[in-house]
Amino acid sequence: MATPSREVTSIAGGSARRALERRDLLTRWALILPAGLVLVGLMLLPMLLMALMSWLEPGSFGGVRWGHYTPEAYIKFLFDRNLDDSLSLNTDYLSIFSRSFGLAFITMLITLLIGFPVSLYIALQTPRRRQWLIFLVTIPFWTNLLVRTYAWILLLRNGGLIESGLKQMGLLQGSLDLLYTPIAVQIGLVYAFLPFMVLPIYTSLEKLDWRLLEAAFDLYANRWKALWRVVLPLAAPGVIAGCILVFVPALGTYYIPELLGGAKSLMIGNLIQQQFGASRDWPFGAALSFALLALVLLFMLIYALRFRGKGSLL
Amino acid sequence: MINPRNPLWRFPGLFWVMVLFFAFLYVPIFVLVALSFNANQVATIWTGFSWDWYKGVLDNPNILRAAQNSLIVATAATLLSTLVAVAAAVGMTGRRFRGQNLFNGLVGLPLLVPEIVTAVASLLFFLAIGLQLGLLTVILAHTVFCIPFAYLPIRARLEGLDPRLAEAATDLYASPWHTFRRVTLPLLVPGIVSGAMLAFITSMDDFVITFFVAGAGATTLPVYIFGMIRTGITPEVNAISTLLLGVSVLLVALSFVVGQRGQAR
Repeated sequence: MATPSREVTSIAGGSARRALERRDLLTRWALILPAGLVLVGLMLLPMLLMALMSWLEPGSFGGVRWGHYTPEAYIKFLFDRNLDDSLSLNTDYLSIFSRSFGLAFITMLITLLIGFPVSLYIALQTPRRRQWLIFLVTIPFWTNLLVRTYAWILLLRNGGLIESGLKQMGLLQGSLDLLYTPIAVQIGLVYAFLPFMVLPIYTSLEKLDWRLLEAAFDLYANRWKALWRVVLPLAAPGVIAGCILVFVPALGTYYIPELLGGAKSLMIGNLIQQQFGASRDWPFGAALSFALLALVLLFMLIYALRFRGKGSLL
Repeated sequence: MINPRNPLWRFPGLFWVMVLFFAFLYVPIFVLVALSFNANQVATIWTGFSWDWYKGVLDNPNILRAAQNSLIVATAATLLSTLVAVAAAVGMTGRRFRGQNLFNGLVGLPLLVPEIVTAVASLLFFLAIGLQLGLLTVILAHTVFCIPFAYLPIRARLEGLDPRLAEAATDLYASPWHTFRRVTLPLLVPGIVSGAMLAFITSMDDFVITFFVAGAGATTLPVYIFGMIRTGITPEVNAISTLLLGVSVLLVALSFVVGQRGQAR
């Protein structure tokens, strides 16, 4: 193995230089190849296979029937097939999709409302304090979310900490009945994805030229106006990135509604999992996953087109 | 540079939002840790300090096997993903070339695609090619999503290196391999270490993908914990959860320190 050169030197003349350049390019491709193969073979290919399987007939005990193509999985999403083969509208799945969108959207709004002031506060500290605060935001980001979601069960359940606390203060009679409701799922989602909102917004605020804010003050803007008209527009790429980083995983979340929600707070992820568990309809599961993937890619595309070159999402 | 003492930057109320934010973030974690040491079995009321639940965890052969599986998977996935990530990062740094954007898109894929979609796609793929679900399938799936976590810090570190160092080595008649081995690689170590640690944590913590592609014998710690939570809340769950949190926090802190060192040098 040889390392590629940072720039192919141009001391040599035309053809020699081209030969060097070709060698450099080959080295680079050879270095990228292993990672590329893993990503194509175990990520891209499986997703294409999934798309293909969504157009197959389901096997009777799970699995698929290869070679038997049918759009049934996509029809099933909207319609029930009656005994006489006619279709009638079934909004069950659609309502799970719209509920997921609603929960993910509200999560995005709440995390933004909390995350922006917090990022602003951190960005205004001395570099040393900033580092500490960001470290404190990063720790939950990297610690097991399943376990942290479980911690909310301890807080929310009947006889749990919130209930007994409220009772002791005399604010509550009877039981709290919060766990296994959509509200519990909403709390869990906000809790899980808050760091995803804070980090990108902070990154864009950190790079901000604060003299622009001074200029706004010089021009008789008050604090809030300067914040609204100067800071917020300049932080927009970070805000949008944060919104996507919250919305996308919140939309596809599986175990938060599974653990904190009841039957009435099922989300797309649960529906997908069911197709590989009890329902045994793999093509339908593949179709649902593919629909989710398509939606996510659509959001990414819009983001990429809107904020081309203004700092990347990652 | 901003002066934090400047009254112009004082936005009233920000401080309290920040305090509430950190309370919201950390109270559930502290409650979980505290309850794992609670002598009381049933209620969430503190009755006394006890190590019993940790003893219970260490005496449970299923938990130990799950922990062992987690370690095997995380170690293997970390080694594989870091190895290919170092090569790719070295190949990607420096001048611009054809095919670069393609790889950039590819490496971001595991971060952008919802986990459940990756899980479904991997499951269907392994079953379609006739691979028995087990530790191997889990390791393969983990390697994929660990690649970006290993790759990004290494790439960032490489971008930050002074290109003149490698040039100086070349001027002193070092072969390209020699230059890499003796100059670039030693400077790259902090990036590699922090990338590998992040990959390790990500693999240790993964639940959704493992849940789909692990066969009966390949239960990892998070999957086992999920099963425990579903059958009922016991103090053992608190104890094992606390242990898992402790490992992550330790590794993040280490990775943070290594990263700081790297920057200071």
